[in-house]
Amino acid sequence: MEIDEGTVRRIARLARIRVTDAEAKALEEELSGILDWVKQLNEVDTSNAEPMTRVTPMQLKRRADVVNDGEMADAIVKNAPISAEHFFLVPKVVE
Amino acid sequence: MSDLTKLTLAQARAGLKAKRFSAVELTEALLAAIESGNGALNAYVLATPQAALKQAGESDRRLAKGEARPLEGLPLGIKDLYCTKGHRTTACSSVLGEFTPTYESTVTQNLWDAGAVMLGKLNCDEFAMGSSNETSRFGPVVSPWRRSGSNVGPNVGLVPGGSSGGSSAAVAADLCLAATATDTGGSIRQPAAITGTVGIKPTYGRCSRWGIVAFASSLDQAGPIAKTVRDAAIMLRHMASPDAKDSTCVDVPVPDYEARLGDGVKGLRVGVPKEYRVDGMPREIEDLWQRGIQWLKAAGATIHDVSLPHTKYALPAYYIVAPAECSSNLARYDGVRYGRRESGADLIDTYEATRAAGFGAEVRRRVLIGTYVLSAGYYDAYYIKAQKVRTLIRRDFDAAFEGVDVLLTPTTPGPAFGIGEVVGDPIQMYLNDIFTVPVNMAGLPGISVPAGLSSQGTPLGLQLIGPAFGEPTLFRAAQVIEDAAGGFTPPEAWWSARKVPPVHKDAAEARSDKGKATRTSRQTRRPAKG
Repeated sequence: MEIDEGTVRRIARLARIRVTDAEAKALEEELSGILDWVKQLNEVDTSNAEPMTRVTPMQLKRRADVVNDGEMADAIVKNAPISAEHFFLVPKVVE
Repeated sequence: MSDLTKLTLAQARAGLKAKRFSAVELTEALLAAIESGNGALNAYVLATPQAALKQAGESDRRLAKGEARPLEGLPLGIKDLYCTKGHRTTACSSVLGEFTPTYESTVTQNLWDAGAVMLGKLNCDEFAMGSSNETSRFGPVVSPWRRSGSNVGPNVGLVPGGSSGGSSAAVAADLCLAATATDTGGSIRQPAAITGTVGIKPTYGRCSRWGIVAFASSLDQAGPIAKTVRDAAIMLRHMASPDAKDSTCVDVPVPDYEARLGDGVKGLRVGVPKEYRVDGMPREIEDLWQRGIQWLKAAGATIHDVSLPHTKYALPAYYIVAPAECSSNLARYDGVRYGRRESGADLIDTYEATRAAGFGAEVRRRVLIGTYVLSAGYYDAYYIKAQKVRTLIRRDFDAAFEGVDVLLTPTTPGPAFGIGEVVGDPIQMYLNDIFTVPVNMAGLPGISVPAGLSSQGTPLGLQLIGPAFGEPTLFRAAQVIEDAAGGFTPPEAWWSARKVPPVHKDAAEARSDKGKATRTSRQTRRPAKG
């Protein structure tokens, strides 16, 4: 097994997804299965290959560094679950 | 008026131009088909009849004034991954709640600017993660196709493929003239193949990704699913464009794909990659492939054996790269700025509760895999290794395209399976994309074109793969296959619940409309659809 229950809990915490005990058990097996399967990549000699960083061989486009958008606070908070006076409201973060 | 729904995009375009019917009539016919058929198919997750009729009215005004735009009055379905201003967009995930964009995706804006009409939003796998449309928050889409051949098997609803299953089902069932879709590992081509429709994933960078809900940004591309090769060519021309809002979208003019459709394949060099002949491949897929080779040969193409040695590693490498990018992209769903929120004791607790409640099982699995392969200590062993393998896959294709113009392969390893038939081991589901994933890994264009029926009487497709920006060649080779194979439509519109007026109403109408015999007799002749 590539992944034990402790590892599931650690990555679930990193991913900010709550998992129940039953879910953690099932995920242990599922994730291990997938990671065992992708291990076949170790058969491939990649010593002469650079990791791919761009799909099409092109320079990323650039634009003038100027403000070309904005003044739309209403639109930005329109879909917020809870907002007030153009702020997103969240539980207290700093005591 | 219901036969208007059966028109291809090109036929409808000609009919509108010749004023044989109006855009409003065409739109009303399709809205009626959705009304009567969507209950059984679940292809649309949101119908937008008011907006559709408003756009169609404007189209009729322009048509009357001789100011028609290229797609004037043509009604389309839009995958729920595309942000549509003022219309709920969810990527078929609970985490997006009732999210209603305040902006429009570039691709859909291009379509509206060309005069097209939006019928509604189409079902898909949650965040486009799936090959069967079974992971949608709105439930599975049912294919309009049913098993009927010599090998019927269990009598269950079939999947329309995924992730663009709403798009493929709606096009195959005549609930739209054509649809938008997206493809990260096969999500346009696999559903097209198993529903008898045409789907093209263009070169990475051909269509803007701006305003399309992101899954894996180095793999995602927009493209159409349509009834014919010509319709797909018309759609792609008007979906694609340069776009300053997507830095990976290329500044290359969009060719008129339709103009080159009839050019044929005389002298075209077609490569057949031996690594696509996988262990356990059903005989009927091998036969289909051979037929495709013969069709292209008969039309004047030359056939060449080629080798893509790293093919078998594309799928495992994909299941590192795609989850890694998904875990990064989906970090934004935190319940703060949009979508659903589950309140927790503190901020972290709110995030964790929101994401646990909002993401389905497959999405959660991929986010966790992605988080793992990107985490400290595993990044080089998994993520960097996979990106190196990706380079080798790209080199395989580059080498092959030195000797051939296009590659021919099956699109899928088999025909449509039943809803609920592939469960348990996630890898069994992933194997559906074995022939389509390498194309995304290399950023190349690929088209699936209907080529035959399985022993179960359901459609199968062939895939053509081209070098970057080789779409014009793909379209004309696909046209040759379509001409040879013919079209494939579901034998019977079983999903249509078109209401036959109750007898007492007919009698009442007959009494009050004495002398209108033609109308009554037409109603009597109408076949009763169940």
